[in-house]
Amino acid sequence: MAQIVKREPVGPPSDFRVKQLQARDMLRGDLEGKDLEEYVESRIITTTLDKAVSWARGNAMFPATFGLACCAIEMMSIVAARVDVARFGFEAFRASPRQADLLILSGRVSIKMAPVVRRIYDQMLEPKWAIAMGACSSSTGVFNNYALVPADKFMPVDVHVPGCPPRPEALMHGILKLRSMIHQDPSMGWRTRYGAEQTVELLPEDAERFEGESAVNVFVHGETPGA
Amino acid sequence: MPDATGLELLAGDLRDRLPEAVRDTTHFRGKGAIEIAPGTIREVLAFVRDRGFRFLASVHGLDYYPEEPRLGVQYELLDMERLDRLTVKLRVSTEDPRVPSVVGEWPTADHQEREVYDMFGVVFEGHPDLRRILMPEDYEGFPQRRDFPIGGESILFTHDMVKGTDYTQ
Repeated sequence: MAQIVKREPVGPPSDFRVKQLQARDMLRGDLEGKDLEEYVESRIITTTLDKAVSWARGNAMFPATFGLACCAIEMMSIVAARVDVARFGFEAFRASPRQADLLILSGRVSIKMAPVVRRIYDQMLEPKWAIAMGACSSSTGVFNNYALVPADKFMPVDVHVPGCPPRPEALMHGILKLRSMIHQDPSMGWRTRYGAEQTVELLPEDAERFEGESAVNVFVHGETPGA
Repeated sequence: MPDATGLELLAGDLRDRLPEAVRDTTHFRGKGAIEIAPGTIREVLAFVRDRGFRFLASVHGLDYYPEEPRLGVQYELLDMERLDRLTVKLRVSTEDPRVPSVVGEWPTADHQEREVYDMFGVVFEGHPDLRRILMPEDYEGFPQRRDFPIGGESILFTHDMVKGTDYTQ
């Protein structure tokens, strides 16, 4: 039978070494009663499942590998060493919209490109978010002419990042804004307000199944979108 | 550039070959240009090609609004041995904007003629595939014509702000 040794405190109770020793005691079964309860309370957080899911979603968005114009250069540099958005978990640029959560509209969108962008957005799986990066995709910026269309006209956008182009820090700030929006309750209506939910790309034979959706994109067979 | 004399000699030879072709010659800021009748462009380009201008550097369109005939097409040619440049110009009206295509002799003109068609509505007769090249195929109008509305989003800049409008309330 091992002798129970009562340890003398080596510092204030928040000291890391004290916690380490307490953990060792608990694993050996030496902590009991009030000490054990205090130990457990200081280490367990209770939350709702929704909050936990929002937390996980907000902290690991995968942006789609999708660059439109000069802003794309700044977008690339957020994953490089100086800004390094990997610190927050957004560094995994996915090559397929099916694997991506976040569409960054990095540049000007022409009216010929808009159906393509919309299709990529519809191909992404819920939950999904979009950031309009730079002046062009928000308001057409200096290219305010016959050829361009602002992003709000053809797809729901969650965050607009101003700038021409925005610095990488600004884009990262926009992503972090979006993260905090996701961490708060996404079902509070800020997405339904502009019809951002339930937009999917469907085959014509499935069109009846999704009768009630808000913005459904249906293509007829043999029809090329955007042509 | 052909100097002013060289340009006149070239235009004179062209007049001997094609009496109806040459309409005007201009020599401006060291750059020579021949303005020709629209229907003769293929013959004129064949002629200047024999005179050394064997490289078609650019085909581009213009809108001379409000002058008539409004639309212009310019062919920039380069003589790479004598380092000489020449501009061949022609003008067509918006009612009948037809120009013979030069794609057969100058394959480089293919996309450039499509762009002039896309932006100005000049129809190049005999072009193998005259479609829009930059704008969507269902686009209406020719956006680089000067009577085309500028379009775009109306944006309220700070220096235009007037108190009491809907924007600023």
